[in-house]
Amino acid sequence: MYEIIIVGAGHAGCEAANAAAKKGHKTLLITSNIKNIADMPCNPHIGGSAKGIVVREIDALGGLMGVVADKTHLQIKMLNSAKGPAVQSLRAQGDKITYPKEMLNQLNKYPNLEIKEGMVEDLIVDNNTVKGIILEDGTKIHSQIVILTTGTYLKADILVGNTRTRKGPHGEQPSNYLSDNLKKYGFKIIRLKTGTPQRLDRKTIDFSKTKIEPGDSEYHTFSFDLEPCYNIEDQEPCYLTYTNAKTHQIIRDNLNKSSMYGALDDIEGIGPRYCPSIEDKVVRFADKEKHQLFLEPESRYYDDIYLQGFSTSMPPEVQEQMVHSLAGLENAKILKYGYAIEYDAIYPTQLNASLETKILNNLYTAGQINGTSGYEEAACQGLMAGINASLKLEKKDPLILKRSDAYIGVLIDDLITKGIRDPYRLLTSRAEFRLLLRSDNADLRLRHYGYDVGMINDNQLNNLKTKEKAISELKKYMQKTKLKITPKIKEQFDLHSFQVPNSSLSLEQLIKRPEITMEFLSNLIDIPFSEEIKEQVSINLKYEGYINKSIKEAEKMLKLEKKQIPNDIDYDKITNIASEARQKLKEVRPKTIAQAIRISGVNPSDISILSVYLKKEYSKDE
Amino acid sequence: MNDTICAIATSQGVGAIAIIRVSGEDSINIVNKLFKGKNLNKVESHTINYGYIIDKNQKIIDEVLVSVMHAPKTFTTENTVEINTHGGIASTNKVLELLLTNGCRLAEPGEFTKRAFLNGRIDLLEAEAVMDMINAKTNTQRELATNQITGKVSNLINDLRDEMIQIISNINVNIDYPEYDDVDIITNDILIPKINNIKEKISKIIKESRNGKIIKDGIKTSIIGRPNVGKSSLLNQLLEEEKAIVTDIAGTTRDIVEGQISLNGIILNIIDTAGIRETEDIIESIGVEKSLKMMEESDLILFVLNNNEPLSDDIKELLSKLKDKNYVVIINKTDLPRKFKLSELPVDKDKIINMSIKNNQGIEELKNKIIQIFNISQIEMSDPTYLSNSRSISILESCLESIKEVEKGLGNNFPIDMIELDLKNIWEKLGTINGTTYEEELLDQMFSRFCLGK
Repeated sequence: MYEIIIVGAGHAGCEAANAAAKKGHKTLLITSNIKNIADMPCNPHIGGSAKGIVVREIDALGGLMGVVADKTHLQIKMLNSAKGPAVQSLRAQGDKITYPKEMLNQLNKYPNLEIKEGMVEDLIVDNNTVKGIILEDGTKIHSQIVILTTGTYLKADILVGNTRTRKGPHGEQPSNYLSDNLKKYGFKIIRLKTGTPQRLDRKTIDFSKTKIEPGDSEYHTFSFDLEPCYNIEDQEPCYLTYTNAKTHQIIRDNLNKSSMYGALDDIEGIGPRYCPSIEDKVVRFADKEKHQLFLEPESRYYDDIYLQGFSTSMPPEVQEQMVHSLAGLENAKILKYGYAIEYDAIYPTQLNASLETKILNNLYTAGQINGTSGYEEAACQGLMAGINASLKLEKKDPLILKRSDAYIGVLIDDLITKGIRDPYRLLTSRAEFRLLLRSDNADLRLRHYGYDVGMINDNQLNNLKTKEKAISELKKYMQKTKLKITPKIKEQFDLHSFQVPNSSLSLEQLIKRPEITMEFLSNLIDIPFSEEIKEQVSINLKYEGYINKSIKEAEKMLKLEKKQIPNDIDYDKITNIASEARQKLKEVRPKTIAQAIRISGVNPSDISILSVYLKKEYSKDE
Repeated sequence: MNDTICAIATSQGVGAIAIIRVSGEDSINIVNKLFKGKNLNKVESHTINYGYIIDKNQKIIDEVLVSVMHAPKTFTTENTVEINTHGGIASTNKVLELLLTNGCRLAEPGEFTKRAFLNGRIDLLEAEAVMDMINAKTNTQRELATNQITGKVSNLINDLRDEMIQIISNINVNIDYPEYDDVDIITNDILIPKINNIKEKISKIIKESRNGKIIKDGIKTSIIGRPNVGKSSLLNQLLEEEKAIVTDIAGTTRDIVEGQISLNGIILNIIDTAGIRETEDIIESIGVEKSLKMMEESDLILFVLNNNEPLSDDIKELLSKLKDKNYVVIINKTDLPRKFKLSELPVDKDKIINMSIKNNQGIEELKNKIIQIFNISQIEMSDPTYLSNSRSISILESCLESIKEVEKGLGNNFPIDMIELDLKNIWEKLGTINGTTYEEELLDQMFSRFCLGK
């Protein structure tokens, strides 16, 4: 008998397994094919805008994605490095061979984690409580908790042109009955869709007709515990090319052959708004003469090049024409055609913030099954489900990250409160407190939580404490150290055409000037702290006004977050609430007033009526 | 389910007819019990039915027309009955009483509107406009209230929000898709003129809204001066001149309105300055402090001086406090010799008027001066599409404050993604004016306007 069974070994499943195993629980990770552990069936990146910050958060909480990406990537970049600190985010090109290998290495370190092959088609359910899983051959495996991280494998259909084939991303067999069984237990199941572009043979591409996109010439790591383990010069470049009038003509001429444009008439799945197919782009943005396409290597160990931006469900012969119309790809050999995939997911308002379902006790779900898209989104949910499942076994409160704590908190709260319309992707714009949720401070935000739940060890905690101490020391140093305006120093100000201070100012006062950087000050006066510490202090002082505003907003929200809504509330008893709001409140059953406010369709007037009702009905308990 | 409410919908007083509105699930049932005529449960929706209201002894109370309107196409979206009574206040009250004993509850003030709002029939702005309409006193006010209902103000705010969301979504696309080279990059230089434009628009709405507030609430006017300088004569003359009603009714504010006059359609609410009709020295009796407070609370101060009396220190002090206010200094009794120098008055010479109230001299000049100070002729001419309630105006004012923050940020060359936080905040605040905030609006914009994706 296992304590925790995790079904599916994608990015969510691996993180869940790591968390459960790290916390010492007897864990089974079951997957339909061990070869596909931590597979990247779509694009080869780890990170990106907002997502890169999530990878840092996963690392801060003791997850694996950052470490594995750091050890295996082909190139790494800091996006938005010219913009403010809040929107900077790392993105790496992963290696589709070594990333899964390294992930498996990490998981193999746990003697209490077993990895097995098997196709799960049902759950053992007793009295609304999950007790284990049932395989397709009828084998029952018992456990106290089950975490479903099945990705796109629930009733997956691959769509190419006018064909629909019941199979998963690599032609693997999908699970045919699990989603029906979930429906039987009372889950609302939705159908979603996504797509992927072609893979091309590197040897057949004329890169001279494309623009090279190298990695950064500065070292970066996702992980707070690792030194960079790559050479800047050894990074693999990406390349940029564009669609053209001919490409668009081919697409328009063959539009009715695309699965999404009529070749298949039984498509229910809703595709992601932020990932339109090339057909969509050409149709919806008809006035655009060209669209950007990135050629991205998938691995050092094979020749597939991923054609980012060209996702399609055209039949193969049209894809041939389309690809060959592109600059540099005239003779490119297509190794794998683009396709769309439809799959089942559960509507995420059926989850608690711990990712345990509201329908069945001891069942947790994470990743694409919850309607998200993206490796990072999946991984962070897997991590949280793994942590919270373990905490439940340990009879402890779940770890619920707030929207002002982490992007992970934003993602989970969005899912369970607002539900989804299309596959959910994290975006910077979803985080109202993004100024607090930076890439540079993920460890400061989250490592203490990680330590408290047993995901971060003493050594890691001590490193954090040392960093925190240094930050507060540098802050004091900046306050009390004054820069004397000697002729030499004046010269430096003049050289940069900075306004020369009238009197000697403290370093703190100086760094608050928009034009003055820590680097400039370090050249004038000794600041005996590491770059990492200087960066923290510089951000905090320079943007103090904005950061304080965000902190104040966050505190306002936390106050509302403290106003609990009792579990047993009967929304039918509250007169005057608008009917749409009533229905939404009954569906989501928010835990706090703050969460209720975030439900779309619940208006401020409904909130005030709800608040009055709570006061009237429950004030005796307070 | 909501209980059934009723109230006299027309203003209390003697009129040819009065309307009693009944709203709620049982409204038709209840009225039918009191109605002699067709069976109201069987008549079609939106019909007017002639008959009598009778009491339990079958005694006829009034001859009435009853409008029956079925949910949801009614103001409150609930079943609604309107009873047109004919017999004056006594029988109208009797009908109301009968409704109450037959299962209706007396509506709280504004409860019909509140139900309309809660049932999603009208948005917040419209709800406020309806409340304003109920209180409308002059034609201009009515027009203002009507405009708000038709959504003209909502449109104005929505246009502004549209303009902002375009900028905001573009900045967000720049952040979330940094490598897309076919999306315009919003830089501080591009942002500055756009921000100026938005600032101007908000300022314009605020300015017009302030005028709107004047149209709605009138100009709170106080008459200040020592005893026997002619305050009450001035009041009487203003009132007589306009044939306005002198009442003791409470106005829109807590103040006792001594009288109202209409100046080109704008109401001047002359407030009771603690016994304006008494001969007592108000400044001495209530003290300089309180006079100051009264001046502070007024939109317009008519400060009356006696030409034939030297200026006391108290008066000089009060006069010196006028400069930030709208005021007219009236030198009365110009038929008598002057006992002070004009140069002693610490006020704007342009705002001094010589009058002989007793001889009916200068009253026109005073009125023109007031019209000039409040730009009343312009208020009348401008399109009254502005916000007329203080809540909306104060939200706009706070938006304007945030715009200043944005400008400061731009001046300091802060990263655009930080400035965007303030922009989004303004955009959200604007949304609270008409109560429409749609969670996915920004994302919709991003993905419908820009071509993004893998």
